[in-house]
Amino acid sequence: MTKIADMTENSPEQRKKIYWKDYIKYIPEDDYFFFRSCIRQTFFPGAEQAFLAILKNNLHKNYFDDPRLTTCTGIGYHSDIIPLETLHTMIARHFSIMNESGYSNLVISCVTTFGVMIEVLNTWHEFPETLEKARENLQKTTGRTFELPKAIAHASDIIYLYRDEIAKQSVYKLINKETGKPLKVVDHVGCHYAKIFPHHGIGGAEFPKVLSEMIKTWGGEVVDYPERRHCCGFGFRQYLIKESRGYSLTHAQIKFESMQPFHPDLILTNCPGCNMFMDRWQYVIQETTGKVYSSSGNGIPVLTYEELAALLLGYDPVQIGLFMHQTDVLPLLEKLGIQFNKNEYAKLREESLDLAKIL
Amino acid sequence: MKKIVIIGGGIAGLEVSRLLLQEGFPVTLIEKSSHLGGNIRNYAYLFPDFTPSEEILKNYTSLPGNADLQLLLNTEIEKIDFSSRPYTLFSNDGIAISADSIIIATGYQIFDARLKEEFGYGIYDGVITSVEMEKMIREQHIVTPYGKAPRRIAFIHCVGSRDAKVGNTYCSRLCCITAIKQAIETKKLLPQAEIFCFYIDLRMYGLTFEELYLNAQKEYNIQFVRGRLSETSEMIDKRLIIKAEDTLIGRPLKMMTDMLVLMVGMEASNFSKQFAYHNGLEIGEHGFFKPLNQFNARGKSQKEGIYFAGTSIGPMSVAETIEHAQATALSTISYLKGKEN
Amino acid sequence: MATFDFLEIRHLHIDYDNLDQELLNEVIREEPSFQWCISCGCCTATCSAGNHTTFNIRRISLILRRGEVEGLEEELKKCMLCGKCTLVCPRDIQLRNVVMNIKKIILKKKTA
Repeated sequence: MTKIADMTENSPEQRKKIYWKDYIKYIPEDDYFFFRSCIRQTFFPGAEQAFLAILKNNLHKNYFDDPRLTTCTGIGYHSDIIPLETLHTMIARHFSIMNESGYSNLVISCVTTFGVMIEVLNTWHEFPETLEKARENLQKTTGRTFELPKAIAHASDIIYLYRDEIAKQSVYKLINKETGKPLKVVDHVGCHYAKIFPHHGIGGAEFPKVLSEMIKTWGGEVVDYPERRHCCGFGFRQYLIKESRGYSLTHAQIKFESMQPFHPDLILTNCPGCNMFMDRWQYVIQETTGKVYSSSGNGIPVLTYEELAALLLGYDPVQIGLFMHQTDVLPLLEKLGIQFNKNEYAKLREESLDLAKIL
Repeated sequence: MKKIVIIGGGIAGLEVSRLLLQEGFPVTLIEKSSHLGGNIRNYAYLFPDFTPSEEILKNYTSLPGNADLQLLLNTEIEKIDFSSRPYTLFSNDGIAISADSIIIATGYQIFDARLKEEFGYGIYDGVITSVEMEKMIREQHIVTPYGKAPRRIAFIHCVGSRDAKVGNTYCSRLCCITAIKQAIETKKLLPQAEIFCFYIDLRMYGLTFEELYLNAQKEYNIQFVRGRLSETSEMIDKRLIIKAEDTLIGRPLKMMTDMLVLMVGMEASNFSKQFAYHNGLEIGEHGFFKPLNQFNARGKSQKEGIYFAGTSIGPMSVAETIEHAQATALSTISYLKGKEN
Repeated sequence: MATFDFLEIRHLHIDYDNLDQELLNEVIREEPSFQWCISCGCCTATCSAGNHTTFNIRRISLILRRGEVEGLEEELKKCMLCGKCTLVCPRDIQLRNVVMNIKKIILKKKTA
């Protein structure tokens, strides 16, 4: 009789509420088993490091960064080159390693991995025979057994959970130092964070609030623009095959065109792919058409939630690798009034751009 | 003398009361709000001929003065004791009322459009429901939340109806014709405005509904686009961008509009569902009360002496509600005279 | 960089805010019944030209209403003006007159 419970809740006061605000899930509070992303460490190597540093130095949480972990196979899986059974066995191995290390709260850095893990867990739940098959395959190939994680969260969920604590400790706020006005921030939540299983995302799929709540808590203004929910253009098959890379680019372009009138100061993401493409495609569009989407500078800076948290907490922009971003972060750093070694930043940025050119 | 209790003071409850009183039966009419009339008060003019809803309510103005009528406003029935005859009803303020026959006319509620979060109701000010539109039509003053006359208005059919995602898989029937009615009224008030109806199917089931549809095209240049709204978003100037497919052309369509009217469907009221649950009355798969059958006992419940009137059994127009109430009144009278069980 | 081609995805959208409705309005002025169409498709089913070519008279009405006038003139050359569409139309739309008027208006524009 769950229906009755729903009904009694529906008092006139309740009818004024916004339903998506109810999409709240359990986020573990400590003892995290950290699952890294494959690509982030290459593109924005400071981001994951910033996350771990915040956990350790600011939030005083216990975590384990296990070097034995490999890939979740997400990219291969979504581009049809990794069979489902292989994926299941790989995930089973990661769970086994987590058990062995004595952890049960899985915290995932990558939105693709997060989507994959949730999907695998749901598949195993709906079709128990696939779980048995995964156990059998893992036993045969590695001699390992495994238990399912007790809790599963995306790394942005953890930052979301401790957003107030971060605000308390922060040195800077999302406020333009010159004008004193809140900075305008666009949030872009990775599709696989909540669009596959809305109840696994804070705020659900239509209005995920995992990033927007951080922005508000840290003093910024959230920009709600028409193409807010549109894909960044990552779409595995689109960018992997050169011929269809135009699709990827056009998707990103749709978003930039739509957010431009709002003059955002920053794009905040929680997915390695989105971060990468929103950053790189701005550069590509600029190079090919000359179009720049920011009112000044060389584009709208794109940061991840950890990079932003670290910045506000006073971490050195150079140390967290912000020079690796193709769309220059400097205008944002200046608006925030962050003190750092600009010469070193400029030198490293030049080197990193040179490297990109050779490639 | 046999005692009859009618639960619900909307037009169904009022019509049953009127007929039973006319036939000499004393009636107790129980209404949970402070006034009679129910949901019809939300509508200024009725389809298909723009009759003011006051005309319907006028038929019942003399009722409260009737000596045989016991009117209990602000009263909710919580529990019915079916164990002995006559039945005993218990209200929220502890009053016990006995009844030989009970007529359930608890009506409907409109779909809470916030549940379709992608449509933007409750999020963007320019998105309103058909009930809010009707209010503006009553006031003969249609403006955007920003005080301007809208230049383009889109009516979205089937909001909360025919939608598994919100658990209402049935057609609410009246929204199509209501949209056309409101579109025409809007066009009369704002001759310069462009008006669009986004529909899945246009269900013009009434004899004169199709004429009204043709008239909307012919006289009022109302544009019909076959395709359902997929999402709403807001531009920096507060205009809304809507996305749908033009399914007749087979391509996605994007449109800027000043105002979006969601044609919210009827659903079983929470009160009815709770009431049914607490009293062991049967509910059909769509949440409305389940009549004995769908043909010649649409006003009868599974329990002896318990009847239904109006939209407590499903979406109905004003005319249908009144007809159903009349049929139920007749069944009740036959039952009380011992001619039928 | 030159190898990145931009797909013009937006052109696949019907962009209602940038429609060319000039021709449509003129057609409606000449033949008001044109706007009563309910896209039932009777006209296309019976169309003599439509049975042997890709001509689709129902679609012509639609694309005109969505302002997509490009290529319309070429398309209308397929119509044999037999008028069967007008005979079967349940809403009594004078389709042959619609076709004639579109042709006339296009021609007038070209020669103007």
